[in-house]
Amino acid sequence: MQKFDNNTVARQRWLAVLAKAPAPRLQAAWDALDDKPAYRLLRQGETGLVMLRGRIGGTGRPFNFGEMTMTRAAVQLLDATGGARFTGFGHVAGRSTRHAELIAVFDAMLQDPHRRDVIAARVIEPLAAEQQARKANEAAKVTASKVDFFTMVRGE
Amino acid sequence: MSGMSYGADFGGLEPGFADPVHDAQASFRAVLDAMAHPGRVVTMPARLPFSLPLGTAAVAVALSLCDADTPVWLDPAAAGAASYLTFHCGAPLAATPSEASFAFVADPAAMPALYSFALGSDEYPERSATLVIEVSSLADGDGVRLRGPGIEDEARLAVAGVPARFWAERAALAELFPRGLDMVFACGDALVAVPRSIQAVL
Repeated sequence: MQKFDNNTVARQRWLAVLAKAPAPRLQAAWDALDDKPAYRLLRQGETGLVMLRGRIGGTGRPFNFGEMTMTRAAVQLLDATGGARFTGFGHVAGRSTRHAELIAVFDAMLQDPHRRDVIAARVIEPLAAEQQARKANEAAKVTASKVDFFTMVRGE
Repeated sequence: MSGMSYGADFGGLEPGFADPVHDAQASFRAVLDAMAHPGRVVTMPARLPFSLPLGTAAVAVALSLCDADTPVWLDPAAAGAASYLTFHCGAPLAATPSEASFAFVADPAAMPALYSFALGSDEYPERSATLVIEVSSLADGDGVRLRGPGIEDEARLAVAGVPARFWAERAALAELFPRGLDMVFACGDALVAVPRSIQAVL
């Protein structure tokens, strides 16, 4: 396994939370911000395909599983003098350019030490808790219908 | 900022086309027009309001034509545009001129000899380099005499800043046809194409 430093691990986590969050939730979180930073699009939202790779059983040789639609964007936060400071990237499944742009804006804000704590507390943690709860709920539902397969011993 | 870093710093990067699809189409059309009318000064319609070692026309050529399949070579004077081109075009940087599909030259006076760029082969002449040369001025109606396909009689092109050896080296490539080099001279938002099929006489 590749080892990442703590900052990279933290960023991977918030990008995952943002990418799994519904776009309307991110839009609402953005609208609710009192201190919205100015930003510019470094890379306009663009939709393309990414190749998904798979492994049988997690240990087999990797193979190309299929392509999926993905949208990406990159933004730069602008400081008071118009200089570009923090660059954020957004990648999301599907074709919503606004979703990718919002992820990129939040990613940039989370790199800014003056904004990180507020955004983490108000946006990332609630979304992460929601996703965790939904996952636990689904796991519980699935467990209830779990079937244990066993081989009947024939009476001979 | 050490200890606060979240990977590579992209703060110094400028944006790409404001309207990626239409700007790329318009830029492609401008290059097409220029190639179809060698020696004619064509204005690049896309706006890229920031400064790079290369001008708007040269950068727009890169944004509309270069991608992951076209290794790009930059002369030392244009090296400041490397991160911009790799980010927005996804083009790999060629280590030597001979490996490049596109070569961008910001200091033509110091450019390598033309035979050091990829000239293609007789079977695959398209595997040659396209040179995009940023020059200090560009005007038609005066200067080098151009003859060949796309020019009814004769076109004149005044290019400032290319070394004296340049046109001689270019003339020496003519006997290799269909191998050769296609060239685009750029100056700010203006460009002129001189494909390999054109004969240039000083």
